[in-house]
Amino acid sequence: MRRLGPIPDDTPRTPRHVEPVTGRRGSDGENGNAFAPVGNVAPVSTETASRVPLVSYLRLEPTPHLVANECTSCGARFFDRRNACAACFATEFRSVDIPTEGELVSFTIVTFAAPGVPVPFVAGVVKCGTTSVRGNIVNIAADPEHVQLGMRVRLTTTSLGTDDNGAEGIGFGFEPA
Amino acid sequence: MAADDVYILGIKMTKFGKHPDKDVVDLAAEAAMAALADGGVTMADMQILAAGNLMGRGAIGQAIQKQIGQTGIPVYNVSNACATGATALRTVIMSIKAGESDMGLAVGVEKLAGAGLLGAGGTAKKDKNEWTPEGRFGAIAPIDGRIGTEAMPGTFAQVGMEYGHKYGGASFEVFARISEKNHGHSTLNPLAAYTKAMSLDQIMSDVMIAYPNTRSMCSANCDGAAAAVLVSGEKLKTLSDEQRRRAVKVRASILTSDPWQEACQVLPDVNTLTKLAAKRAYEQAGVGPEDLDLVELHDCFATAELVHYDNLGLCGEGDAVDFFESGAPFRTGKLPVNVSGGLQSKGHPIAATGIANVWEICHHLRNEAGDRQIEGARIGLAHVIGLASACGIHILESSGAR
Repeated sequence: MRRLGPIPDDTPRTPRHVEPVTGRRGSDGENGNAFAPVGNVAPVSTETASRVPLVSYLRLEPTPHLVANECTSCGARFFDRRNACAACFATEFRSVDIPTEGELVSFTIVTFAAPGVPVPFVAGVVKCGTTSVRGNIVNIAADPEHVQLGMRVRLTTTSLGTDDNGAEGIGFGFEPA
Repeated sequence: MAADDVYILGIKMTKFGKHPDKDVVDLAAEAAMAALADGGVTMADMQILAAGNLMGRGAIGQAIQKQIGQTGIPVYNVSNACATGATALRTVIMSIKAGESDMGLAVGVEKLAGAGLLGAGGTAKKDKNEWTPEGRFGAIAPIDGRIGTEAMPGTFAQVGMEYGHKYGGASFEVFARISEKNHGHSTLNPLAAYTKAMSLDQIMSDVMIAYPNTRSMCSANCDGAAAAVLVSGEKLKTLSDEQRRRAVKVRASILTSDPWQEACQVLPDVNTLTKLAAKRAYEQAGVGPEDLDLVELHDCFATAELVHYDNLGLCGEGDAVDFFESGAPFRTGKLPVNVSGGLQSKGHPIAATGIANVWEICHHLRNEAGDRQIEGARIGLAHVIGLASACGIHILESSGAR
């Protein structure tokens, strides 16, 4: 099998600089409507104030892990909110923790991306228990000699830098287990 | 009166490529006028118009009418990702099947030359430097590049790699050879955006976009349009011998979306809805994959073509690599796939694609495909898939077949 040409032998895990985001508060989930989505993940304020997770389904305490909304009827899992289960249409959900270790079932090495996205990086799908998770594969050389389908990986966190309030943005990825 | 049978009476695609001197309406009008002329009819005969222009500002159907003929007929502007053209076609077919019209026009058009990377996330806003959760995932920063990739080349790379992990045998070289096949096919298609054969080495050493997809393994962004005139079987009986001889029967017209699958929110599942569409299409047509003489499938990336051999039932489950290695999908093989050159070389002006692939099939079924004619072609299948997702499949049969 032929391999691709030169790709720098490191995987950037943090952006070179913090990308500020405007302070718009979405109205999502605050409308009090009887048909409002249920099973919302908890608000970010439960996390340590000086560390802010990249997404609300990343929990930093007690140890970093991902959470999903699980349909209490059929067990389908969602990383965002749903009004009804996409699989069985039931409307009850509970929050469940996702295992932090899993198997890499697909990946790509992105070497050409939108402006502002550092390359190369490894994007992949990790099967954590019964749940597929999307994430970057980090702490590994970004080439197909090192990144292998079927390899065991575990959740880890990455720093996104700090904002004007001194809060650190925390991202996640998967590293070789 | 509801129609049992629907036929393609006229169909045309423009040259795909760069058309800096033409806007989307010019391109759509060129395809529409050519399709009408091909069918020997005019706008006076059309009772419905369905049109798509995915990246445009909307109301492309009305703009086309103003360009070629306004008669007060209903216009449906459709938008369904890369299946937009197939959806326009199917909208007209449904109208004829329902008995609301006996003849109609479907058009797809896109201006995409130089569009660059599709699907990639936007950049952050820069008013104030503060982490603020936003949107459905409460994200404090754009997730493209931080939680996997949003861009199409990497998304479809993972689709192919996932197949390789599940069934084995797929490699960078296999994917590149699929691309080599399609670039080779394109040399015989004067309407393709790129008509150069590429060697395996050229393809594999081209600029890497998202492993294992190099630039030449990605669909080509370009400008183009395609249009089709559809007619009911009853109406066709009243038309000339020549029109009846060249008419192509629509044996199946199917559109599906994603049924729930465990991983579909993490990596788009292009497989399940394609398998579902293929199953329904074969049932509706009363034919099986073994009856097909040629296939145009949605090779938006080389990694996608491989999985669709399997999804369309062209081979047994997990046998896509063996199917390719057997030589079957080559123009000279048992079941030629993407004789047009496919999206990697013919080009992929999004909304035009789902009619242009039907045109390619019709071209062969009418025995008008010249140098690249698949001899004796009677039945063909055209497949598109757009992410989110939508899958369109049309199975077509030459009138001379029965």
